[in-house]
Amino acid sequence: MEIIQFDAMSAYGGGLIMGLSAMLLFLLRGDVAGVNGMVTGILNPIKGEVSWRILFLIGMVIGGYLYQGAGGVLETLEPVVEGNWVILAGLLVGIGATFGSGCTSGHGICGISRWSVRSIVATTSFMVSAIVTVYVIRYLVGGLS
Amino acid sequence: MKDIISLLTGIMFGAGICISGMVNPAKVIGFLDITGSWDPSLALAIAGGLTIMIIANLFAVKMNRPVYAEYWRLPTKDRLDTQLVMGSAVFGIGWGLGGFCPGPALTSIAYSNSTLLLGVAAYIMGVVLSLIVKSALSRRKERAIVNV
Repeated sequence: MEIIQFDAMSAYGGGLIMGLSAMLLFLLRGDVAGVNGMVTGILNPIKGEVSWRILFLIGMVIGGYLYQGAGGVLETLEPVVEGNWVILAGLLVGIGATFGSGCTSGHGICGISRWSVRSIVATTSFMVSAIVTVYVIRYLVGGLS
Repeated sequence: MKDIISLLTGIMFGAGICISGMVNPAKVIGFLDITGSWDPSLALAIAGGLTIMIIANLFAVKMNRPVYAEYWRLPTKDRLDTQLVMGSAVFGIGWGLGGFCPGPALTSIAYSNSTLLLGVAAYIMGVVLSLIVKSALSRRKERAIVNV
């Protein structure tokens, strides 16, 4: 394994900002910053519990625009798959996170921080399967066209 | 006030995802590719988020309730089950295939990248389908309990 050049400050700093966001949402409103949980809460609505979730998701997109407007280093995104493969990836992410009760933010950051056993197990499960998937695609299949 | 908190924390969350580089699928794959040229960025981003949230939970223990709400709204399930483990494994396959998870995918809308927009649409379809199947499963379970 070789470790590539990377910007440690922006990676950790970005993580701190995400953590600060999750902290404020939790200490001020008592809510968990789990993105998939917000999406399921909007699509399977309970009265009075929809608008705050929509506002958070709109906020995320605004955050993306502000980052670009402020001259963020990342100017373009590089998708790794196209066409049917990207559709399959999206479907699997939606199905998996919904049946698995959470994604990277909900389980990986919020759940683990309160030592939830379910979140620790879920995070281990998706990290291992994602690493294996990348290995299979890159080194066994030799990439997807 | 509560709505403003949602919007502002959402903005911070999206900006954090961009700053950390997680919004870029190629970077996420670089992190998941531990046998190749490993890019540790994402591990640092998650560590950053965890650092703050561990502190937040220490504060929460000292507080009776959230500042603007009556109670903490945390998930109620505490048992492990097959859906949790298998669902998460399926999520991991999708994450490893496309390099995006829900937060970065939704934030990436700001980049108007047509490939990722297709991924976001598919992600939402996946959630909708799952919710339909889950509600059908729970109805069947209720009927089974009634029959007993």
